[in-house]
This record gives sequence, C-alpha cells and structure tokens, in this order.
Amino acid sequence: MKRSWIVPVVAALVLLALPPVLSPYLHDLVVKIAIYAVFALSLELLVGVTGLVSLGHAAFLGIGAYVTVLASGDSGGSIARILPLAVLAAAGYALFVGALSLRTKGVYFIMVTLAFAQMAYFVFHDTKLAGGSDGLFLYVKPTLVTLSLDDKRTMYYAVMLALVVTYALLALLQRSRFGHALAGIRVNEQRMRAAGYPTFRYKLAAFVIAGALAGLAGFLLAVKDGAVNPELLSWHESGAVLLMLILGGIGHLRGAVIGAIAFTLLKELFQLEALLGPLASHWQLTLGLTIIAFVALLPKGLIGLRRRFAAGAVHG
Amino acid sequence: MAGGCAALLFDGLRLTQADSYRIAAVDLATFLVQCLNAVQYGLLLFLVASGLTLIFGIMGVINLAHGSFYMIGAYLAFALAPYFGDWFVTQLIVGVLLAAAFGYLLEWAFFSFLYQREHLQQVLMTYALILVFEEVRSLLVGNDVHGVQAPPWLAGGFRLGELMSYPWYRVFASVACVVVAIGLYWVVNRTRLGMMIRAGASNRDMARGLGLNIRLLYRIVFAGGVALAALAGMIAAPLSSVYPGMGGSVLIICFVVVVIGGIGSITGALIASLLVGVVDTFGKVFFAEYSGVGVYLLMAVILVWRPEGLMKRAY
Amino acid sequence: MPFHTFTIKTPLAAAALALCALGAHAQASAPIKVGFMLPYTGTYASLGNMIESGFKLYVQEQGGKLGGREIQYFKVDDESEPSKATDNVNKLIKRDNVDVLVGTVHSGVALAMAKAAKDNSTLLIIPNAGADAITGPMCAANIVRSSFSNWQPAYAMGKVAAEKGAKKAITITWNYAAGAESVKGFAEAFEKGGGKVVKDLNLPFPGVEFQALLTEIAAQKPDVVYAFFAGGGAVKFVKDYAAAGLNKTIPLYGPGFLTDGTLEAQGAAAQGMLTTLHYADNLDTARNNAFRKSFALTYKANADVYAVQGYDAAQILGAGLTAVKGDMSKRDALTAAMHKVTVDSPRGKFTISPAGNPVQDIYLREAKGNNNEYRAVAIKALADPARGCKL
Repeated sequence: MKRSWIVPVVAALVLLALPPVLSPYLHDLVVKIAIYAVFALSLELLVGVTGLVSLGHAAFLGIGAYVTVLASGDSGGSIARILPLAVLAAAGYALFVGALSLRTKGVYFIMVTLAFAQMAYFVFHDTKLAGGSDGLFLYVKPTLVTLSLDDKRTMYYAVMLALVVTYALLALLQRSRFGHALAGIRVNEQRMRAAGYPTFRYKLAAFVIAGALAGLAGFLLAVKDGAVNPELLSWHESGAVLLMLILGGIGHLRGAVIGAIAFTLLKELFQLEALLGPLASHWQLTLGLTIIAFVALLPKGLIGLRRRFAAGAVHG
Repeated sequence: MAGGCAALLFDGLRLTQADSYRIAAVDLATFLVQCLNAVQYGLLLFLVASGLTLIFGIMGVINLAHGSFYMIGAYLAFALAPYFGDWFVTQLIVGVLLAAAFGYLLEWAFFSFLYQREHLQQVLMTYALILVFEEVRSLLVGNDVHGVQAPPWLAGGFRLGELMSYPWYRVFASVACVVVAIGLYWVVNRTRLGMMIRAGASNRDMARGLGLNIRLLYRIVFAGGVALAALAGMIAAPLSSVYPGMGGSVLIICFVVVVIGGIGSITGALIASLLVGVVDTFGKVFFAEYSGVGVYLLMAVILVWRPEGLMKRAY
Repeated sequence: MPFHTFTIKTPLAAAALALCALGAHAQASAPIKVGFMLPYTGTYASLGNMIESGFKLYVQEQGGKLGGREIQYFKVDDESEPSKATDNVNKLIKRDNVDVLVGTVHSGVALAMAKAAKDNSTLLIIPNAGADAITGPMCAANIVRSSFSNWQPAYAMGKVAAEKGAKKAITITWNYAAGAESVKGFAEAFEKGGGKVVKDLNLPFPGVEFQALLTEIAAQKPDVVYAFFAGGGAVKFVKDYAAAGLNKTIPLYGPGFLTDGTLEAQGAAAQGMLTTLHYADNLDTARNNAFRKSFALTYKANADVYAVQGYDAAQILGAGLTAVKGDMSKRDALTAAMHKVTVDSPRGKFTISPAGNPVQDIYLREAKGNNNEYRAVAIKALADPARGCKL
C-alpha cells in the first residue's frame, strides 16, 4: 500500500524538473502527453472504476475546448472565469447525455454515447455557432493575476499541476465510499441495488465528474494549441482515448497515464520516416496492427506485462 | 411512407392541369422529389444497417469496421467498372460474391476470435481493423476521390415538375434495395437457413445442442452482412463518389439506425432507416445547419420513449 | 519497478535520439529550407501536386538556386484537415526548422498555418488558400499570398452576373471559410448591381450528396446559380447539375475553381460555362506560352492555375532573396522586397498589396473543350479590400 505512492511521486518530480532539458518540439510533446493523460484519467473513472464503456467521451473534451475559446473572445480573460466555464459546460452536457444514456446498458450504452458525441460534433461542425469545420482560434491566452498561459514555462507547470491534481483527486475518490460503491456497481449492479444503493445516481455522478475532468483537459488543449476544431469531438478521438486505457491497463490510474504516454509516443514513432521509411506515411496501418496484436495478446495492457513478469519471478 | 407519396403523386398529376394550381403543384412536385430522395437514401442505409444488426443480433459482436465493408464495396465498383462496362447487374452480382467470400474469410481469420471477448475489446479491435482497411486501401488504390459512372442504360432521367429531372439511376437504386429487402425477409422467414439463424439468435447453446453447426452458421451470416454492406457501397458509388473516409460517416448513421430500430431486428432496421432518411433529407432542406443534429435528436427522443429501440427482436 | 521505467523511457529516448539526429543534420548545410505543407491526398491532391510542380519549375529555371542559395525541400501532407493543421505545421517549423513555409490549398488549414507563422515569425507564402482573413485581420509582414483572396474572383462574377441582367440568385457551396467568403464576395457585387441573393445553400465539406439541394434550387427557380466547389467536388457538382437538367434553364456561374483542372472529368456537362478567375489557360501572351511549354516539357502535363500560383510563389520568394542577396537574417528587408515586387507571372503582371495579396486582373472565361478560354477582362487590377488588416 505504501509503495504504490513512490512511483507516481517520483514521476511527478521528474516531470517538474524536465523543462530546461527539452527542445521546443519535445517540450510541446510532453505537454501534449500530459494533457492526454488527464483526458485518459477522466475516462478511467468511467471504464475502469465504474465499468461503463463510453465511446463518446471526446465530446466533453471538445466542449471544454470550444467553451474556452468562445469565452475568451477577442481579448482573452482570467483563468478564474474561463476554466470554471469550460468545466461546467462539459459537466452540463455530461449530465444531459448521462441522464439519457444511462437508461441503456451494455452495447446500447456504447452506441448511444457515441451518437450523443456525434450530435455535439455536428453542432460544432455544421452550425454557424463556432467557425464550422475550420474551427476557431484562441488569440489571447487566459491569465491569472501576473501569470499568463502564453508563457511556455507557466503553461508547462499549469498542465503538470492539473495532472497531479486529477490523479490525486481520482485516487482519493477511489478510496472513498463513493469509489467503493462504484466498484461494487462495476462488479454486480443488481446486488448493489438490492443492497439499497441508488445505482443510477451513482453512475450519473461518476459520468458527470468524468465529463468535468475531460472538460479540464479540453481547456488545457485549447490553450496549448491556440486552436480548436470539431474533430476534437469525433469518434476517432473517443476511440483513441479508449485505446490509451487499454494500452496502459484498465483498472489502475497509472494505466491511464502510461497508456497516454505509450499511445502518443507510438503515433510519433510510427510517423518518423527516419525509422520506418516509406511505411511512415501509412502509420495508421502499423498502429492498427499493433493495437490488434496488443488487445489479442496483452488484454491487461502494459501494466499486465509487469504483473506477468513479476508473477513469473515469484513462481520461478 | 411509400403509400403516402403515391397518393400525393396522383393528386399532383391532377392538379398540374390548372394554372392557378401551378404554385401548389410545384411545391407538390418538389415535395415528391424530396420524398423520393429520402426513400432512396433510407433504403440504401437499410442495406448497410441490416447487415450490422444481423451480425450484432446473432453473434453479439459490435463491429465498428462495418462501414469499411461499405467503402470496400464502393471501391470494388470503381475497380470492376472498366471490366464490366454495360453489364452492370452482372458486375453487382460478381461484386457481391467477392464480398461474401471476403467476409467468409474475415470471419474465419479474425472475427471468430472476438465472440468470447468483452465489448470493449471488440470495439477496439474492430476500430483497429478500420485503420488497417483504410491504409490497405490507400496502398492499393491511393487516396484520390474517384467518380464512378452509372451504366449508360440507366443514364439520364425523367421529367418531374418544370425544371427537374429525376435520375433513372436513383430509381434503380431504390428498386434494387427493395428487391434485396424482400429477398432478405424471405430468406430469414421462409427458408431453413433463416430458421437456423433465428434459432441461433434466440438461444445459441440450445441450437448447438440440437446439432446446428453454429460456427458455419456464423460464418455464413457474417459473409451475408459483409455482402449487404458491400452491395450498398457498389450501388451508392455513382451517387456519392468514391472517397477515403466514406465508411466512417455511414457507420455512425447505421449505429443510430440500429439503436432506433432495435438490435437484431431487420424490420426495425427498415423502419428506422426510412425515418432517418426522411429526417436527414428534409432536414437538409429546411434546417440546413441543424440537419446533421436532427438524426441524433430523433434517436434521443426514441430512447426516452423506448430504450431498447422500436422493435425488440421481432423479425 | 524496472519494467515501468523500461516501458516508458526507452521509446522516449529513442524518439529523442531520432529527433536530435534530424535536427543536427539540418543545421550542418547552408541551403534555404522550404517546407511544403500541401494536400498530397484527398479531394485536393491534384492541386497540391500542381503547386509543388510549379514552384520547383521556377527554381529549376533559376538553376536550382534562389538569391544565390540552394533550396532544400521538406514536405508534410496536410490532408486538407484543419484539425491536424497545427500539429502538421509544427512538424515543419519546430521539428524540421524550415526557413520558409509554402502552403496550402484548404483555407481552414491555411488559417492555422498563418497563426503558427505569426506566432513563430516564420516566412509564409500561400500558393492558393484564399481565406480573406489571412490578408485581413490576420495579416502580417511575413505572410504573402501568390494566389488570390476568395473575395476577388467571386466579386468579379457578381459584377458579370448583374451586368447580364440577372435579378435573382441562389448560392451553393461547402460549409467552410472559403465557401462562405466566396459567396459573400459574389453577393456584394451582385447586390450592388441590382440583384438579390434569395437563398444560400450549403453542405458539409467535402460532402457530394447534392440531390436534395438541387431539388431545392429547381423549386426556387432563380435566374442564376453561383457555386463554389473545387477539385473532386467541383467535378461532381457540375455533372449532377447537368444530370438534373438544370443547366439548360438556369446558368451556373462560379469562380474558376469550378472548372479549372476538372474539365476533362466534367466533359459535356461543363461546356459553355462562364467562370471568373485571375488566369485563363489560353492567355495568348509570350510569358504564358513560354511557361506552359516549359511546364509541359518538364512534367508531361498541362499547367493550370494552381501550377501558376506555385510558380509565382517561387518568383516572389526569389525576388525577396535576391534583394537581400540570400541573407535571411535581414528579415525586414526581405519581406519589404517581397511586398514591393512586380511579379512577371504567366497570368499577367501583378503587384502585391500592403496586406500581402495580389492586385491583379480578373478574367472572364468560357469552358471549351478541355480548356477555360479567355473571353474578356471582367475587372482590371482588382484589389481585395483587406478589411480588418492593420498593416
């Protein structure tokens, strides 16, 4: 129990010390990975803890991102105003989607969450609400008193702070009564209901929290890129974050972070012409085959790898 | 739906006689054409969705790669067109057979391993399959947008109203879909194979206990589903061009159709497809900006009313 | 525990090493790095290839050097996807460290490129994308266009349509920046000339299911239809328009993109169509003839407006580099020279406005055979109003 704190803390310290060592490109890459780690962690609450497979989680990422840009307008604004707006907007849509889709189960749930994400996608893609398929640009980044997220160093630490807070929050949540109830729902919902728990409300609460955290990731993404696009809500994005979870290993918060790192790096690697030559432009093929191999051979993800080796060591 | 449009057609013909009715007649003619557009789109959607709902209802596999079969069909049409020229129906039949063979092999090599896995893994593996298909297509045929010609004996159209002509090919597309739908109904409800399919769907283990070769059955059903989607793609190719990513857009709409219609129900898929066709087509005309959203709103409304879809496994 | 670090750090280290290797190699030699960000796949693929060919032709004609320095090329396929644009342009700017960005076709992607170019002070030459905003509110000294703004050919077409006596128009296009701006330019001139645009139809990019919208056009019975599509979409629309029988009664107008590079695929459906553009295939000038011959000899294909724009992009860059004798550190002098140049283009001579857009003649052309043939000058020396540009 005590040991499980060491790795995340060490990792956090390493991350905090990194900036001076990194080239601009790698700097961007690390920030991107951290943001996706927050996104993956938010989905882990749904998939890993509560057992709800959502194929529409990117909608909340996208809504958080879009609200950030829309609320900033032409002159930017304070983080204290824009961040809560983004998170609340994402949580609000999560409440709407959750209330409707949690009435369904299993495969229906998967398809329905996908469809609701598509609905949000089309609102941003087709209507004049927000720049259509070209997306929108963030001209002035949010500030807080003297700190501006326009400064690369500040942005870096802000993202790392968000990652640490999200991880800690979810770890605490998992150990709380609420978290235990969710775990019970994952294992056997009927039994929980029989024990008197209002499972629908618990699931909805988890769904909204997950949506809110995804909105946080969306805020960070919008600020980092300075641009938002309807593709942020596409099912490709939702599929990607699920992939991150399964790459890392479902059921552990660390799995979400590891998965985010692994997925982003894999994508970068597969696109490097220096390594793969002509196959680099067809990186989706290599990625697809890798995923199939992974899910087939390592369904417990990278974390499962360690267990296997550890188990092997113990049992000789 | 069709009955309503037919009645309007009769009224429309009578009314165009008088000049003072001309405005109403033009509106009626337009409405009629839009009806035809909606039905044609809905029927094509049905072809794809029926395959998806069959595979899902009978084998319990959620297959994200189903849209790719549609794309494969379209590219097949593009590839085969130079060899078949006028012999369009022959080309369709050959394409269907090729697609069915491909489906058969794919089930044996890949999908048969998915039945025991949890939904999340099925989702991810079939998602990865989409990526693989897209890239293989990119390697084989490139990434350009291609037009496919309708066969010469279906070119041109007939006058509808004052300015429009409705293309013959679209009529052919609708008719072909109806023929296939009837064929599907007949196979599922009136043949031994259909009986085995329904048995396997109701209770897999019991059916196996009774001596049905479930593995072979699944392979056949899967091949059928792939063939249906590919056929839809081949028919749609002259209508919507052949381009990368055409599978993705069809897939999501098909999911909506299956959710609205009820998983495993072909009748439900038919009704839902036509509903979606109407909402989409008329949405484009009246609510240009929100037409994309319309279909999902429809789904949301249906879900509030009946969370398991319109028809629950009633063939 | 060891396996954690193993699985995380090894790919990270490998990636870092590979990227460092790329960076080091690039700094060792002295050529100017030109990064192409163009669509090499998708509906605009042929346009991307034509632009690159045109650019390289000019460099080749100058002996492989501009301003006395060799050129080293980098490419990224932007797939005409605005969502990947920021990532893609960062690959060229931050990973490959290019000196000059050349791109792109899709206006949405170009907007992202312009923003990145402004943020990083990278030189950007746009060989096609006509987004008004780039030489409008987003204008900057280091951003120059060798093509047009979406407003220019559209405005000219609106003027032509109004002069022909049309009173009622319907516009149809894709739902993205280029489409919206083109339609607005048309409407501005058309309504100034006494007409009215009764309906704006659009569909999501790059959809080609026009059936419902064509039905709507027939129902509304306008005098003219103005359409903005390009590449594969243009082919499909013109053919569908003819297949619906509308081309016999309602003339279809559009900017040249509707028929440029697509006439062979459109066939009989496009014959006789009037379009406006800053170029016509058969412009009978010495410059154009020499250019088309050179292009045909080098690439065994007929040049089109996109090739001309790529060619002129190289000319503009060359003029700037020559003025500073190849010294890219003299950034202000370089961009000033690029703005002051009179480009001897195959389309005719043109200058660059302070906002960075070509000031050029717009021609009226008619589609005949496989060429868009010059008929008249629609508007002479048309300058984009550059609304919102503070330069």
